[in-house]
Amino acid sequence: MNHALLIIFASLLAALYFGIRAQKGKDMNMEQWTVGGRGFGTIFIFLLVAGEIYTTFTFLGGSGWAYSKGAPAYYVLAYISLAYVLSYWLLPPIWRYAKEHKLVSQSDFFVSKYKSPVLGILVATVGVLAIIPYLVLQFKGLGIIVSEASYGSISPSAAVWIGVLAVTAYVMISGIHGSAWTAAIKDIMIFFVVVFLGLYLPYHYYGGIRPMFEAVHAANPGFLTFPKEGMSISWFISTVLLTVLGFYMWPHTFGSIFSAKSARVFRKNTVMLPLYTLMLLFVFFVGFTAILQVPGLKGADGDLSLLRLSIQTFDPWIVGLIGAAGLLTALVPGSMLLMTAATLLSKNVIKVLLPSVGDKQLPWLAKSLVPVLSLISLYFTLSGGDTLVTLLLMGYSLVTQLFPALLFCVPARPLVNKYGAFAGIASGVLTVAYVTIAQVSVGTLFPSLPSVVKDLNVGVIALFINLVVMFAVHVITQRIVQAREKDAIAGDETHQPV
Amino acid sequence: MKAKDWLGFVPFVGMLGGIPFVNRVEPYVLGMPFVLFWIVMWVVLTSGIMALVNKLDPVNREEEEG
Repeated sequence: MNHALLIIFASLLAALYFGIRAQKGKDMNMEQWTVGGRGFGTIFIFLLVAGEIYTTFTFLGGSGWAYSKGAPAYYVLAYISLAYVLSYWLLPPIWRYAKEHKLVSQSDFFVSKYKSPVLGILVATVGVLAIIPYLVLQFKGLGIIVSEASYGSISPSAAVWIGVLAVTAYVMISGIHGSAWTAAIKDIMIFFVVVFLGLYLPYHYYGGIRPMFEAVHAANPGFLTFPKEGMSISWFISTVLLTVLGFYMWPHTFGSIFSAKSARVFRKNTVMLPLYTLMLLFVFFVGFTAILQVPGLKGADGDLSLLRLSIQTFDPWIVGLIGAAGLLTALVPGSMLLMTAATLLSKNVIKVLLPSVGDKQLPWLAKSLVPVLSLISLYFTLSGGDTLVTLLLMGYSLVTQLFPALLFCVPARPLVNKYGAFAGIASGVLTVAYVTIAQVSVGTLFPSLPSVVKDLNVGVIALFINLVVMFAVHVITQRIVQAREKDAIAGDETHQPV
Repeated sequence: MKAKDWLGFVPFVGMLGGIPFVNRVEPYVLGMPFVLFWIVMWVVLTSGIMALVNKLDPVNREEEEG
């Protein structure tokens, strides 16, 4: 075993150890396991939110996209910052309501607001469906890190297996407390690693950031700006807006809202979190540096660029540190994702369908679903060939469909009824599924339109259908509901006991 | 909507609305192509704007005292 692997496995063991310690001496009921007893202050929430956002996607996918696509990668920087702006207004009312009603999952929120457990099943299902590609993304990242750091002695699929076993064991042992602690260590590590790589590599190969960009620009003019067609400016703007809306719709991100101590935590965090996204800038620098230094990585292999360049540049022990940081960026979010999906399935789907499951059995049921979900994601990891960004965008287009129904139920009385919410979400998600499977874009649907419209993220159409169906169904069913209520009242009057 | 609420739109308009006018490489600022610099600048401005929003929002003062 080389030094790189040794360091990576040592840090994995350390993370497991912290996870077990954090959990000791705490009675783990559902609220403890998933929302940490609602006691997290500004710093912990900062770490949890940051911990979820800065995943292997940031690390490998961000540099991978800069490497293979260029300017379109900038979208990541834009959407994360803008999502925090939205959070200032969106999160406090959600948090307050969730605390009052002791909610632990995103689906709970919809159930409670719309008074419809069936809607809860739909929301939970959408959440789990979106989480699967996100989990696949983490597992893929883990596999890349372990196999690259082994210098070829561990095959990518064996590496994926190792990663999946580690994440599964980790989440079954520790729950959210482990996540928050490891998130702290991980964030410090990843910060130094990314800033170091982002500055060192361009200086090492080109003597500075600007000479590096100039070399890339000279080799491929147009790579550093948005193209006229395809991933153009209108793609950028529509994708940023859609992902901003989807940002807090991820069940695990939504769930982390609940673990805050007060609503103020979110408002304070909106100042620091955007600055924190600047870390991505250094990730981009690495990706751009790699273009001319490790050329020839095609398609999904672009995600390897950061590690390939590191291996070419550094000694194995530094590669080990980079790999260890990368491992934690997969472990922490991976465990959050698994835990959230397991909670949703057990509490908001299985318990609703089988009311005989008792509250005592719920944590056990959730934990036993963890390995099942791991195996499903493992299957897709080993069978698919998408890039990390493609996977992320797929998940995003699914969760974004929850946004209208959520927004309309933030006021004390939801603006649409439960039928509207259900039909809206369902039609939006079906549109996304169709678009993904049939590989449709706005351009293929309406080939004669100007490219400004053609390049719009196809999620815009799904969201539009979602809204139209939601209001249509709301208006139609509202009449029936009201008519029925009237009948019921009238019926009561005629059947007055004489 | 109060002034602090309108401020929330500024980062969106600045970062996204500005892009069509700044989609070019030259001039490099801080070593970055101009369009990348534009986005980075707005990330920093967003943080400043949110600090101002926090300051203007009476909710934060109430919770501090309470």
